[in-house]
Amino acid sequence: MSDSGAERAPKGALGARNTDTVEVAAATPEAEQPFKELGLTDDEYAKVRQILGRRPTAAELALYSVMWSEHCSYKSSKVHLRNLAPRGAQAGRLLAGIGANAGVVDIGQGYAVTFKIESHNHPSFVEPHQGAATGVGGIVRDILAMGARPVAVMDALRFGPADAHDTARVLPGVVSGISFYGNCLGLPNIGGELSFDPCYAGNPLVNALCVGVMRHADLKAAVASGPGNQVVLFGSRTGPDGVGGASVLASATFAGDAGDGRAAAKRPSVQVGDPFMEKLLIECCLELFAGDLVEGIQDLGAAGVACATTELAAGGGPQVGMRVDLDLVPLRDPSLTPAEILMSESQERMMAIVTPGKAGEFAAVCAKWDVEATVIGEVTGDGLLTMTWRGGTVVSIPPQTAADGPVYSRPLARPSAQDELAADGPAMPRPDGGAALRQALLALLGSPDLADKAWVTQQYDAIVRGNTVLAMPEDGGLLRVDEDTHLGIALATDGNGRYCRLDPYLGTQLALAEAYRNVAMTGARPMAVTNCLNFGSPEDPGVMWQLAEAVRGLAAGCATLGIPVTGGNVSLYNQTGQVAIHPTPVIGVLGVHDDVRRRVCAGFGADGATIIVLGETRDELGGSAWAHVAHGHLGGTPPAVDLAAEQRLGELIVAAAAAGLLASAHDLSDGGLAIAVAESCLRGGNGCSIALDGVSPQAFTALFSESAGRAVVTVRPEQAAEFVALAHSHDVPAAAIGTVTGDSLQVHGQFDIPLDELAAVWQGTLPALFG
Amino acid sequence: MARVIVDVMLKPEIHDPQGEAVLSASHRLGFGNVTGVRQGKRFELDIDGPAGEAALARAEELARELLANPVIEEFSLSFAE
Repeated sequence: MSDSGAERAPKGALGARNTDTVEVAAATPEAEQPFKELGLTDDEYAKVRQILGRRPTAAELALYSVMWSEHCSYKSSKVHLRNLAPRGAQAGRLLAGIGANAGVVDIGQGYAVTFKIESHNHPSFVEPHQGAATGVGGIVRDILAMGARPVAVMDALRFGPADAHDTARVLPGVVSGISFYGNCLGLPNIGGELSFDPCYAGNPLVNALCVGVMRHADLKAAVASGPGNQVVLFGSRTGPDGVGGASVLASATFAGDAGDGRAAAKRPSVQVGDPFMEKLLIECCLELFAGDLVEGIQDLGAAGVACATTELAAGGGPQVGMRVDLDLVPLRDPSLTPAEILMSESQERMMAIVTPGKAGEFAAVCAKWDVEATVIGEVTGDGLLTMTWRGGTVVSIPPQTAADGPVYSRPLARPSAQDELAADGPAMPRPDGGAALRQALLALLGSPDLADKAWVTQQYDAIVRGNTVLAMPEDGGLLRVDEDTHLGIALATDGNGRYCRLDPYLGTQLALAEAYRNVAMTGARPMAVTNCLNFGSPEDPGVMWQLAEAVRGLAAGCATLGIPVTGGNVSLYNQTGQVAIHPTPVIGVLGVHDDVRRRVCAGFGADGATIIVLGETRDELGGSAWAHVAHGHLGGTPPAVDLAAEQRLGELIVAAAAAGLLASAHDLSDGGLAIAVAESCLRGGNGCSIALDGVSPQAFTALFSESAGRAVVTVRPEQAAEFVALAHSHDVPAAAIGTVTGDSLQVHGQFDIPLDELAAVWQGTLPALFG
Repeated sequence: MARVIVDVMLKPEIHDPQGEAVLSASHRLGFGNVTGVRQGKRFELDIDGPAGEAALARAEELARELLANPVIEEFSLSFAE
């Protein structure tokens, strides 16, 4: 462990005389500060002054501005997110919950799993490849900081229209960034989503999920404790990455903290990821954990050193403080000011609290992995976060005041247009007769949202590490956790902006229901929920109403299902001008699979098997894929939600999978039965012959309605009676609709589509758009 | 026929992990006096017509559109000697 950066500037060159120290700040209360440019309001700035009893120094101003940003403080959403706190039995399996870097769930046999989904939307719009890559890197470090080995990632992606010029820039860049970072890191990408809508043009959504596995005893906390313990920064050096916003400090009237009149150096807002350094960091951390060499650990993400020091110190309790010497932070660029060092978002860095007695061993492990580690300070007992730079004190604050941040109950109002939207149901003419229904099916199957995602998923390594049981295009990803007991975990993410636009409460519950169903389709029991809430500006009361409704729907849904929300992320200001994206909560569900050898696939693999539709089909086409693709229409109400029915369906699939009754299972969602059956045919390489009258009297409704709580399964004929009895005992409607057979999708009395034709339509879309 | 050279480099303020990897490999190989490495790429374009403004303008267009990522990279153009 070196005690100083090699590029450390000589002391005194820019001495305390020119620095905006605490003493200078106290002596110059009237100095103007660029708090507005840094995103603080008048009230917030006044509150900082009140907390400190003086004006903040430039470094303190930088620290408060990033810690109180929407991104770090959740100041607009916190008041609603409180509703997500698990209650009673929901919390039973939680080892760590909301507020920790990521929630941790007990999955039995001494294993715990931690998972979380996080947005990297705006960086991925600015620089798609690096933005998406560092999104993966960031969520992986969150999982690592809990003490777990990251074992897989997933990505939920949403873009503007598939044929828009800018989508051709953003989508390939995002996909290459995810594949570059994840593949280099050796983490399988086991699923996610891809969808397109004009509302995401200029506001793509790039949500990355990571899951990690650990033994119960390995759980780590982001807490500084024990005065005298060392604060160690390790990993990459700190550079000017992502501090574009801080340049106003140097250009403001008060000369900022460099204070020597030189022009501010150019600071990039783009961060560049280094997956090979991240890989070293992962192995290094896991060895540090195994040797019990850290007392507390925190990853450095948004707000970098400012956030890590503040949260570690605040986590230790009111008596705990921290003293940091910013001269010791190893820099890639020696011209960085204290404010910039604090705000830098350089990637691949971690901060650990280490007892002096273990410092030698800690350093040896880091050296083994070629990871630079530097003691930059120590834990104190004075309850203050103090930072020095070139001999002067540039930060002296009670850390809790920065970590907590303001909480706003922003005005919310149901937009008046909501009623018109609900009244405008999809009353367009429906296709009638075999030829028209056939055409409608092919149009949906080839639409960018529903087309084969192989163009994307083939760029990802889905099987590295050798524990992937199922991955895209299956309904959920499934990983083996224990080779001897065959314990596994399943994951799925879902979101539907169109449903949420029509009704954010129901839309969010539908996303939850779909992710829950997708996990159950693999044969796993759904167990915990993570969420990434993508919305427009919180300053728009209509958007706040959407957010509040979505959170209320998620909380109520999880309570009904008896599973906890373990954590998540909120991304606001996803809008262009006055036009916000559709409210898009993306819900991730984690499930536990008792025996991954009994996993269930979505494809019609067993020739001669009986095809059974589970659940009830109503005429529900509001917000449907058909209305969107055939008519560009969005209106009406989304499908009804019956979470108790979802639960019964899930329990049925899990029981049937365990009993070996299922040849396949595939959930029904976007595009309804038509798309589900087409996908199952294509994945299984078998055709089918089905009749629709057992599903709905109207062929169109049977094919394209998106009623929730449904699945299509196949069962070998000799087991069909046993399965149907099991369905009845679970109170799940089951209708046998046909047989797996031949090489075409054949619907009695309506149409017949050869698999070759289906495949050409399904597989052709994305390659034609993106090359 | 004009041969235009396009040199593409990351902007100086952008992190260059590849350059850093080369730097640390240099040190392992005993080139201790190498103190910094930035890695870029070079393209040689053969363009129909004379080596003049028109060729340079086309090359610049191509560099902006395809060869460089203007968000994080900068490029320079020259004619081959």
